[in-house]
Amino acid sequence: MSTQIFAPTISGTAATSLGDDEAKEKIGIRDLRFYYGEYEALKGINISIRDRRVTAFIGPSGCGKSTLLRTMNRIYEMYPGQRTTGEINVDGRNILDPKEDLTRLRSNIGMVFQKPTPFPMSIWENVAFGIRLYENLSKADLDERVHWALSRTALWDEVKDKLNQLGTGLSGGQQQRLCIARAVAVKPGILLMDEPASALDPISTAKLEELIAELRDDFCIVIVTHNMQQAARAADYTAFMYLGDLVEYDTSEKIFTNPADKRTRDYVTGRFG
Amino acid sequence: MNPVVRRHLTDKIVVAISFVITAAILAVLAFILGTLIYNGLAAMKLSLFTESTPPPGSAGGLANAIMGSLMMTVLATLIATPVGIRAGTYLAEYARGNKLASVVRFINDVLLSAPSIIIGLFVYTIIVMPMGHFSAWAGTVALAIIAVPIIVRTTEDMLSLVPDTLREAGMALGTPKWMVILHIGYKAAFQGMLTGILLAIARVSGETAPLLFTALNNQFWSMDLNAPMANLPVVIFQFAMSPYADWRELAWGGALLITFTVLVLNVLARVLSSQKKRAA
Repeated sequence: MSTQIFAPTISGTAATSLGDDEAKEKIGIRDLRFYYGEYEALKGINISIRDRRVTAFIGPSGCGKSTLLRTMNRIYEMYPGQRTTGEINVDGRNILDPKEDLTRLRSNIGMVFQKPTPFPMSIWENVAFGIRLYENLSKADLDERVHWALSRTALWDEVKDKLNQLGTGLSGGQQQRLCIARAVAVKPGILLMDEPASALDPISTAKLEELIAELRDDFCIVIVTHNMQQAARAADYTAFMYLGDLVEYDTSEKIFTNPADKRTRDYVTGRFG
Repeated sequence: MNPVVRRHLTDKIVVAISFVITAAILAVLAFILGTLIYNGLAAMKLSLFTESTPPPGSAGGLANAIMGSLMMTVLATLIATPVGIRAGTYLAEYARGNKLASVVRFINDVLLSAPSIIIGLFVYTIIVMPMGHFSAWAGTVALAIIAVPIIVRTTEDMLSLVPDTLREAGMALGTPKWMVILHIGYKAAFQGMLTGILLAIARVSGETAPLLFTALNNQFWSMDLNAPMANLPVVIFQFAMSPYADWRELAWGGALLITFTVLVLNVLARVLSSQKKRAA
């Protein structure tokens, strides 16, 4: 409970230190609390996430970083007993409003998961799946968009000869990039990534990080990771979470070289977590 | 005795006992199949499929019974499949952790293991008695009632095997829930669900007791669903116990047909579910 008292001040100051970045706010979270039944997993989060930047959330297991990510597209609502209070403003609109159209909301927010989740259908159908939900394209336009999404995720050359094969037949790294292609294909504004590299080998991980750097210019990317090197490499900003609080939020450089909070320093230097 | 030697000896004895018992069970099965094939093959003539069940002492076949069994099984499957899949979908996708679901699941399990004669009696009471006569419809309904819980159970089980991350991935794209179930859940669980339907057909096609009270039998070729209808299990039941040699031969033929059908359905289900495992 004691952490609650100073958490808002710290995240408040953290937010202001990003002030000289000209990128506008894409996701503004105000006093967000999250409950699994009675248990409060997020204890009043305040953070301003910038557009066309990569923002990483780090912290020990159970700190609430994945939970926080899962509030941003309200995917947690699939499960009973989970609820939130507070505000999540995406492009200035509070998406926690019960009147919010979840289908439309999620069409603007792509999500990539820890384990690759190709649908049980062909590679082409995987990528076309989301597009066909929202747009009524001709086969030619659809082909073109699938090509675009697969090229954008550096997968086209590897799969162009087997678009009709099952997506589940690809390697883990390819599957993960296919999932990103599927998310990118509907042209969302935001990409949420929940430990996207944790099931991948080092080479696939490197490719994935390259891809994130590549996509940075067009999307607001939020990534949850256990891997601090990854956050340091891939993210413009890093937020450190601990026990449901946002402890510190700053440029990745600041967080990994000169963090303000002792807990952040202990964590990034490997003293716990 | 040296404990190592004793352990090895115990191992050998247990393996030997298991082997003998397994062999004994297989021998029984082989004996049944052998007798069936030996007696059944004698009845395998073209007339078995072209002629209807004869009066005692004259030649005939099982055409009316084969057709009746086929019609009632197919109709029962057509009724039971949509009902079973919908209920299984409700349990797996919509009713997680909800009280009603556990009640439905429990009742379904009771129905799954209910003796089929009870289902026959039930349908006799609610359909045959009010109608005043036996009918193929009543038989179809009885068979459907037996098939539904099997399909409910396998559908739920197979959909539960679909990882939640796949559902989340679908939902996260903004897919409405019903589309996630239809295009992702069913696709991922397809082979398993089909296996369930095949097993339900296999189970239903050998049921005798519920048909005795409902479709009964018909000595003549009839496709009228409002009239009694011949069917293989009941024909076997009547003919096998008759004193007439040609009736008994037809009973063997029918028994071989049913066994063969069930065997094919089971093998098909096996093949499908092993493909499913390889894909996963």
